[in-house]
Amino acid sequence: MRILTLIRQVLDAEESVRVRNGAVELEGSKLVMDTMDEYGVEEALRLRERGSEAEIIAVAVGPTRAEEALRTALAMGADRGIHVVTEVVLDVIALSAVVAQIAKTEQAELIFCGGQQADWDSQALGAATAERLQWPQATWTNALELKGTMLVGRHEADEGSESFEVALPVVVTTQQGLNEPRYPTLPNIMKSKKKEIRKETLDGFGVAPKVKVSGVEIQVKERLKKILDGKDAAAAAAQLVKMLREEAGVIG
Amino acid sequence: MILIIAEHANGALNKSAYELVTAARGLNREGGVTALVLGSGVAPVAAAAALVVDQVLVADAPELAQYDAEIWSAAVAQIATEGEAEVVMIAGSRSGREYSPRVAVKLDAPLLEDVISLKDEGGVLHAEHYTYLTRVTERVEAQGAVIVATVKPGAFAAAVAGRAAAEQFDVDLELPQRRLVITGSTKEKTGRIALTEADIVVAGGRGVGSAEGFTQLVEGLADPLGAAIGATRAVVDAGWRPYAEQVGQTGKTVQPKAYIAVGISGAVQHLSGMNKSKCVVAINKDADAPIFKIVDYGIVGDVKEIVPAVIQELHK
Ligand SMILES: Cc1cc2nc3c(=O)[nH]c(=O)nc-3n(C[C@H](O)[C@H](O)[C@H](O)COP(=O)(O)OP(=O)(O)OC[C@H]3O[C@@H](n4cnc5c(N)ncnc54)[C@H](O)[C@@H]3O)c2cc1C
Ligand SMILES: Cc1cc2nc3c(=O)[nH]c(=O)nc-3n(C[C@H](O)[C@H](O)[C@H](O)COP(=O)(O)OP(=O)(O)OC[C@H]3O[C@@H](n4cnc5c(N)ncnc54)[C@H](O)[C@@H]3O)c2cc1C
Repeated sequence: MRILTLIRQVLDAEESVRVRNGAVELEGSKLVMDTMDEYGVEEALRLRERGSEAEIIAVAVGPTRAEEALRTALAMGADRGIHVVTEVVLDVIALSAVVAQIAKTEQAELIFCGGQQADWDSQALGAATAERLQWPQATWTNALELKGTMLVGRHEADEGSESFEVALPVVVTTQQGLNEPRYPTLPNIMKSKKKEIRKETLDGFGVAPKVKVSGVEIQVKERLKKILDGKDAAAAAAQLVKMLREEAGVIG
Repeated sequence: MILIIAEHANGALNKSAYELVTAARGLNREGGVTALVLGSGVAPVAAAAALVVDQVLVADAPELAQYDAEIWSAAVAQIATEGEAEVVMIAGSRSGREYSPRVAVKLDAPLLEDVISLKDEGGVLHAEHYTYLTRVTERVEAQGAVIVATVKPGAFAAAVAGRAAAEQFDVDLELPQRRLVITGSTKEKTGRIALTEADIVVAGGRGVGSAEGFTQLVEGLADPLGAAIGATRAVVDAGWRPYAEQVGQTGKTVQPKAYIAVGISGAVQHLSGMNKSKCVVAINKDADAPIFKIVDYGIVGDVKEIVPAVIQELHK
C-alpha cells in the first residue's frame, strides 16, 4: 500500500507574526512542519509498525524552502518525498487538484492531511482532495486502526465524537490526540539526507488559482482592561457584577 | 439566487442559520435567499426557516437522518446546479467545513472558508477571514458563476423573523451511498447550551486546581448565567473535562458576548479560540498573566475566593 502524507511548512507557533507590504513576512522566522501534519506522518509510520506493508510518501506543494519540512518527514521515517516547487499561492481547491493527480500517479490508497493548517487556517484540503478522487473522508481523526482494508477509528463531529469504519481508499485528516509525534533521531536524520525527493513543477498539473488574496492585516481589538484588586473578594465581586450588568450589559 | 444550507439540531434551527441569512441578504442579489433544509422529520425546522428567507427547499428523507459529508455535498451541489445558485453559503461548523470543499469541487467553484465579512462589488465577492491561528485577517476575492462560502459562526448578526412565511417546496435528491459508517457516538450530554452558540461562556483553566474545583467553580458560575462551559487544553489533558469543551487552536472557536476565563493563563493557542469574544473577563491570581492583556474586566485574586463571591452576588 502507498500512503501519502501531505506536508505544509508553517510559522512556528511560538513565533510572532509580522506583516510587511500587505503580506505576512516569514523571512527570518522559524518555520516548521505543521504539527497537524506531524500527526499524519506519525500515524502512517505507526500503521506500518503495526504490520501493514506500506510505502510512505511525503508530499509538499510550495516554495523551495518547503523542502526542509519534507526532510523532517523523511527524518521521522517517511520513505521518499515529492516536492512540487512553486511560488504561486494556490487556493485550497486548486491545490487539491495537484494532490489528487499525485495520488493517482502514485496509486495511493490512503492520504493523511492536517486537520487545520496553521498558516491559512484552512480545513478544506483533505475533503477537496477526497472529492476529486471520489474517495470517502474521515476528518478530525483522533484514533485509527487498519483491519485488513478497513480503517476503524474515532473522530470529532459537530458535537461529541463518533466511531467510524470505512474501506480504503480514504483521505484522513488529523486532530490533536491522534498520537504523539516522534522526534527524528540523529541516525534517521543522517539517513534522510540520502532519501529521494522528486522535484516537479506546477506546469504539468494545469491548475490556476480561483481565489485571490488582496491583503492582510493584524488587528488588535481595543479592550477596556478594567482590572480590580481581589483582596476584598466580596467587594470586587459586587463591583464586577455591577459592571457586567450596567456597563457591559452582558448579563441580565 | 443565493442558497443557504440551514443547519439544525434537536428539531430547531441553529443560530448559524439565522446568521447565514444576514450574510446572504448583505449581498443584495436578485432572486432572493433560498434555504435548503436537509434531514428527516424536519417540518418544524423548515417552518422556522420560512420565516426568514424567500423560499425554502425541503429534503425530508430517512437517509438524511444522519449527516454524511458525501451525501450532504451531493445534495447541496444538485440543488445549487438545478437552482442556478450564484452563491452557496454554508455554516462554518465542523461538518459545514468538511463537506463544503466537496461542494466546491463538484461545482468547479472557488471556496471561501470561514468568512467574517462578505461584500459584492460588481459581481466579485470580497471576503475577510482569519489566518495564522486567528492572529491575522486576510482579505480575499473570488468571482465565478457560482461561489461556495462557509461563514464563521458568530460573525454576522442573527436575522430576525418578521416577514410572512415563505413558500416551501419538497425536493427529490439523488443521493450516494454512505461509505463512512458511524458505529457509535458519544454526544455531550451536558444539558447545557452548545459552546459555540452560547451568549456567555465560562471557561476554566488549571488555576481551578482539580476536577472538583472545576465543577464547583466553573459549573457553579455557569449555572446562574445560563452559560456554556469551556476549558483549556491543560484541563482536558489532565482529564478534568472532556475534549468537547476545549477552546483554542485545536479545540473550538467561540465568540460569545461574554467570555469569562477562570484560572486561565492566556497562552496564544488558547487565545486564538476566544480572542474575538465581545467582552472578555478574567479571574487570575497572577496580575502578569497574559490573559489580562486582552480583558475588558478582570479581578486579580484567588479563584477559590473570588468565584464563590461572584456566584453569591449573582444570586442576590
Ligand atoms: C495588548 C494586546 C492586546 C491584544 N488583544 C487582542 C484581541 O483582543 N484580539 C485579538 O485578536 N488579538 C489581540 N492581540 C493580538 C494581536 O492582534 C496580534 O494578533 C498578535 O499580537 C500577533 O501575534 P504575535 O505572535 O506577534 O504576538 P506576541 O508578540 O507573541 O504576543 C504579544 C501579546 O499579544 C497577545 N496575543 C498574542 N496572540 C494573541 C491572540 N491570538 N489573541 C489575543 N492576544 C494575543 C499575548 O497576550 C501576548 O502577550 C493583542 C495583542 C496585544 C499586544
Ligand atoms: C500545537 C498546540 C496546540 C494547543 N492548543 C490548545 C488549545 O486548543 N487550547 C488551549 O487552551 N491550549 C492549547 N495549547 C496549550 C497552551 O499552550 C497552554 O499550555 C494552555 O492553554 C494552558 O492552560 P491553562 O491556562 O489552563 O494553564 P496554565 O498555563 O498553567 O495557567 C493556569 C493559570 O491559573 C492561574 N492560577 C493558578 N492558581 C490560581 C488560583 N488559585 N486562583 C487564580 N488563578 C490561579 C495561574 O496564575 C495561571 O495563570 C496548545 C499547545 C500546542 C503546542
